[in-house]
Amino acid sequence: MTTIRVPLSTVAHGRSGDKGNHANVAVIAYTDTGFAWLRTHLTREVVAAYFAPLGSSRVERYEAANVRGLNFVLDDVLAGGASRSLRSDTQGKSLAVTLLQMLIDVPAEHGEMLRPRQTLRTPEGTGNPA
Amino acid sequence: MNRVRIGNGCGFWGDNLDAPVRLATAGRLDYLTLEYLAELTMSILAVQKQKDPTAGYAADFLDVLDRLGPILAEQPGLRIITNAGGMNPRGCGEKAREILSRAGLSACQVGVVSGDDLMPQLDQLLGSGHGLNHLDTGVPLASVRDRVVSANAYLGARPIVEALDSGVRVVITGRVADASLTVGPTAHAFGWGFGEADLDRLGAATVAGHLIECGAQATGGLWMNADDQTGLAEVGYPIADIASDGSFTLTKPAGTGGAVNVETVSEQLLYEVADPARYITPDVVADFTTVRLTETGPDVVSVTGGTGRGVTDTYKVSIAYRDGYTAAGTLLIVGPHAAEKARRSGAILLDRLQHAGWTFAASYIEALGAGDSVPGVVRSNGDPAEVVLRVAVRDPRKAAVERFTKEFAPLVTSGFPGTTGYTTGRPPVREVFAYWPALIAKTVVRPQVEIL
Repeated sequence: MTTIRVPLSTVAHGRSGDKGNHANVAVIAYTDTGFAWLRTHLTREVVAAYFAPLGSSRVERYEAANVRGLNFVLDDVLAGGASRSLRSDTQGKSLAVTLLQMLIDVPAEHGEMLRPRQTLRTPEGTGNPA
Repeated sequence: MNRVRIGNGCGFWGDNLDAPVRLATAGRLDYLTLEYLAELTMSILAVQKQKDPTAGYAADFLDVLDRLGPILAEQPGLRIITNAGGMNPRGCGEKAREILSRAGLSACQVGVVSGDDLMPQLDQLLGSGHGLNHLDTGVPLASVRDRVVSANAYLGARPIVEALDSGVRVVITGRVADASLTVGPTAHAFGWGFGEADLDRLGAATVAGHLIECGAQATGGLWMNADDQTGLAEVGYPIADIASDGSFTLTKPAGTGGAVNVETVSEQLLYEVADPARYITPDVVADFTTVRLTETGPDVVSVTGGTGRGVTDTYKVSIAYRDGYTAAGTLLIVGPHAAEKARRSGAILLDRLQHAGWTFAASYIEALGAGDSVPGVVRSNGDPAEVVLRVAVRDPRKAAVERFTKEFAPLVTSGFPGTTGYTTGRPPVREVFAYWPALIAKTVVRPQVEIL
């Protein structure tokens, strides 16, 4: 299969937060096809290697297939956590946007992994992509 | 009652001060919840209470309650549940009672939930086999006992139900699990118990509580696809409209900004979660992996299928202990090679302190704007036009940290060209309270409900 290299954000969105000195980074695929791909290729080893400079002691991956989610828990990644860490980002808030910048290989034909564009419109005209 | 409508107008102490008023005005709510306590908030409140025995709660709540007075008068069905009580729920409750009276609501009673504070019995617990070992490292609390400033069990929804059953208008708690602020009124409204037969609906209501507990994070805040069209300036706060089986719709008041869709709700569902199949609260071990999300209208997501897998026999305990002092200061470095100059300036600052006889237990230099916020992972492209130099230290000696804060200004004249931004003066020195999570048997904790 021919693959091309794209930022993870092409096929997924997500959010990150803290628990003490640990952080979680949820990666949520836009489509079922994308989720199947990430389930195989976005392993905990890949994520651990990407964040290696932060010195996490252990990375675990959990699945929430109901929302096409892969939830990565990075132990001891916050250099002390909310109170003790000397970093600007003591709570891992930046980790999701950072992981979504990671380049990953996806099939050259990856249209089925992209974010669907259908949009529900409110009376006020607020966009709500489905 | 067919459904119960719960809105959360505050996601943490420091959240938007107008949100609770706006949400109560427009939300058609049965219950307004207000969440004030982050992991380390209790240690800050404990120190406040040491200095002043009448303090130790989230004082912002009283200002909010003052503004909510007329709304409570207009909406006789609206009740408020908050953990603003912090380390002094009774003190907060007494003040709340006074505010309600001044608003012409002297008939409205206040329920106070306490018993979460384990400090009065800490030594007795440690002496009777409850080691309060660190949840990650297993180290017994005895190793830092003399530095502990607060130890609070996360209580569950039951005492909230008890308070609501007695008819109070406002419930003020100390440390309670965030999701329980929602589970409590739901269980009260539908007459749920907390037994085996209730686990699935408790799990489902826990999903609701989890989704709304961080306020606007469920309604467009932090949404990875938020943009100019999202209207975050007028963001509406979340409402869970819950059915008697615990399923619910998540929405926000009409006409507000932000967004409620499968993306915003999915992101928040997994926020600050470890194993999504085992989200442990005092009420239930909720399974988030059985939840189904469906967009049923503009800014309306139906959330069904939440379940409960059991319940643990322990409460989580959040402990804080004194761990020295810290400070962080910044300078702006403008011009070519700003990142390099910033890092070198940070090193010069620490060198000067070392020459003056001061070294620190920990120090850290960041060139913000050059990729240092997630150090070593993402590098910025090219040469940024300017970067913010930030230097932080931590040390057991307050004097050392105070001396550190005086070393920024000299760089404005004795550093590299383009060094500026020293406008806010010396950075403040802050005491460090380290976080120590533990578990305690539920049998030795006694939740209390008092009606004022």
